[in-house]
Amino acid sequence: MSLKRIDLLICCGSGCVSAGALKIKERFHEVLNEKGISNEINIIETGCMGPCDYGPVMVIYPEGIFYKAVTPEDVSEIVENHFIKGRPVQRLMLHDEEKTFAAQKDVPFYQKQVKVALENCGYIDPESLDEYIATGGYEALGTVLTTMTPQQAIDVIKESGLRGRGGGGFPTHAKWQMVHDAKSDEKYIICNGDEGDPGAFMDRSILEGDPHRILEGMMIAAYAIGATSGFFYIRAEYPLAIKRIKHAIEQAKAMGLMGESVFDSKFSFDAEVRTGAGAFVCGEETALIHSIEGMRGNPSPKPPYPSTSGLWGKPTVVNNVETFANVPSIFVKGAKWFASMGTELSKGTKVFALTGDIRNTGLVEVPMGITLRELIFDVGGGIIGGRKFKAVQLGGPSGGCLTIEHLDVGVDYESLKARGAMMGSGGVIVMNDQNCMVNIAKYFMDFCVDESCGKCSPCRIGLKQMYDILERIVHGYGKIGDIEELQRLGEAVSRLSLCGLGQSAPNPVLSTIRYFRDEYEAHIRDHSCSTKVCLALMHFDIDKDNCIGCSLCARKCPVNCITGSREEKYTIHQLDCVKCGNCQDVCPVKAVNRVPGMHPEEKTKRDTLKKQHPHED
Amino acid sequence: MKTLADLKKIREKAQEEMKFRGGNVRIKIVVGMGTSGIAMGAREVMKTFLEEISNRNLTDVLVTQTGEKGLSSMEPVVDVIEDGKAKITYGNMNPDKVKKVVVEHIVNGRTVSDYVVATGD
Ligand SMILES: Cc1cc2nc3c(=O)[nH]c(=O)nc-3n(C[C@H](O)[C@H](O)[C@H](O)COP(=O)(O)O)c2cc1C
Ligand code: SF4
Ligand code: SF4
Ligand code: FES
Repeated sequence: MSLKRIDLLICCGSGCVSAGALKIKERFHEVLNEKGISNEINIIETGCMGPCDYGPVMVIYPEGIFYKAVTPEDVSEIVENHFIKGRPVQRLMLHDEEKTFAAQKDVPFYQKQVKVALENCGYIDPESLDEYIATGGYEALGTVLTTMTPQQAIDVIKESGLRGRGGGGFPTHAKWQMVHDAKSDEKYIICNGDEGDPGAFMDRSILEGDPHRILEGMMIAAYAIGATSGFFYIRAEYPLAIKRIKHAIEQAKAMGLMGESVFDSKFSFDAEVRTGAGAFVCGEETALIHSIEGMRGNPSPKPPYPSTSGLWGKPTVVNNVETFANVPSIFVKGAKWFASMGTELSKGTKVFALTGDIRNTGLVEVPMGITLRELIFDVGGGIIGGRKFKAVQLGGPSGGCLTIEHLDVGVDYESLKARGAMMGSGGVIVMNDQNCMVNIAKYFMDFCVDESCGKCSPCRIGLKQMYDILERIVHGYGKIGDIEELQRLGEAVSRLSLCGLGQSAPNPVLSTIRYFRDEYEAHIRDHSCSTKVCLALMHFDIDKDNCIGCSLCARKCPVNCITGSREEKYTIHQLDCVKCGNCQDVCPVKAVNRVPGMHPEEKTKRDTLKKQHPHED
Repeated sequence: MKTLADLKKIREKAQEEMKFRGGNVRIKIVVGMGTSGIAMGAREVMKTFLEEISNRNLTDVLVTQTGEKGLSSMEPVVDVIEDGKAKITYGNMNPDKVKKVVVEHIVNGRTVSDYVVATGD
């Protein structure tokens, strides 16, 4: 028996590790040794605790005190005051304007969250099978294997209302049922941990923070559908996730939770990890299956669906990481409990990666149906730097943008889809009023053009054409009719593409046209970008009233296009300006402004050029 | 691992290791660790509690500490907090007294009235 009296949980999720969590951990070991109390304190490395932006973060039990942004210099103070004298360090706690939040459970960021898939993430040591078992782990598997038929297990999932968390929201039980019913000597189960969306880290965090939960969920699914082997497909950029899953598989095997006759039942199971090359399209299920088979990760037409002809032509279930993470809880706490959360058609909770111009960026899990307002302002803490909310992009690179008028929309599959956005796998990018929506659309289109596998022409050619039009618009060469052309192309690409990438890639463009059409029009008709992001559609101007004639701008201008004198003040010769912004940066009295709109001189120059070369854009 | 009962055994043992994280705690022992408490031997008192409790495999007892309690003439001071009962404060504690409190109060549920300096909040 040990003499422990404190559990010190240090977040060692990827965010906190990059902020220096491992150094903090080392420092704790050193200081505790110096003080001779290392035998009283358990130091535990956990997965992501959620508020990654505040990292490195830690929680200290039994009180559950939460510290943020800890530096190696803070460690001695924590040990001396908190561990030895019992006085938690106020300075390291989270606080808002009025209050300090000592315990993790009081921190506003956590208040509206309901953790199912993330239940143990940041709470247990992901490398300890014992800790997983302590939280009730593998009880669901044991119960299913010893008391239920596969059909009964599928019925429980049906009653729970669980839908796939990988994007489409397909009812999980229906997929399982098809493979269960299929006649075949061999069936497979695959965990999709590809997570190609830029900015997303939901699946990585669960894989890193609670690997046994996913393994358990996968084994229950395998039993339900009659599979005896499974594959984890994880992108090579996630080395820690790969390591943790491999470790979990070894531990489960060693304890007899995997392998032959698990729990003395007839169920035998083995799992392997396959690493992906890190292409977005490899997350698409048919492409992923080809990749595991050792071929190029290209999608193929559906049907046939993987449920009838999947891996090596056998019936296969592909489920997302988070989908599996929900499964054990459904069996432990019951289908009714799960179905009591969420909306009519979207049950349970959803994990989101909140990013962008928001105060609390990080990993959150909320009940389905929560409004965007609650998600962005209550959980996310609102827009950072006192700016205004403008738009939110949901569903990954091919999701859609919603706006201020949608803040009270509930976050569920149908509500989002009806408004041109989608749940996707759970990336949420919040944007303030300094973002140009045409530019945002162009950014996502750029990503999709790069990631298109090129197999089918609507996606390969259509997306590139859309990108070129957007490129023209932001450079001030937009034409009347461009918006309609973008819509026409977008609809065609959605309809005709072979796989979900092409089918959804036009979403960011179509949804921004739908809700921010005036911004497109201003770019095209008025040659003006109101946010002053598009360099061609804004110009720099020196305010003569403020200018003190110091000449700093003129000296810093790389193209010498600023002239003037102390008396006459300084002027920019617009036709030569390359818009580097140096003048604005150096002006000591902020007399240089960004002005929306192309400068009239520049416009005249373009019009003249156009007349001389009428056939060119 | 063959049965759910095997799993349950592992679980119970593992839960004991994780009891600080909000597990099934029946009694909380809070040792005052202000400067004067430490000077009067609060660390020894805490260590003895920890030892006695682990030697006896008491899985539902938690030892924690707090800062100065403003009872400096009676340091080291220890609160015993039990669900649904008034808080008992023991004063002038030392390792021998701790052993007695563990046997009498924690195990047998009888307050050691000789050492009590306050009850209630
Ligand atoms: C371009 C593209 C990328 C995808 N990437 C992923 C991914 O990274 N992870 C994932 O689980 N599903 C991804 N999907 C969805 C999968 O094809 C599949 O629907 C999903 O893994 C099924 O699991 P679920 O039913 O549990 O959601 C992607 C789909 C498309 C079209
Ligand atoms: S839609 Fe795009 S990504 Fe999908 S198969 Fe066609 S070319 Fe490839
Ligand atoms: S933006 Fe750059 S190029 Fe243009 S005037 Fe200022 S310093 Fe010169
Ligand atoms: S990685 Fe530490 S809070 Fe997310």
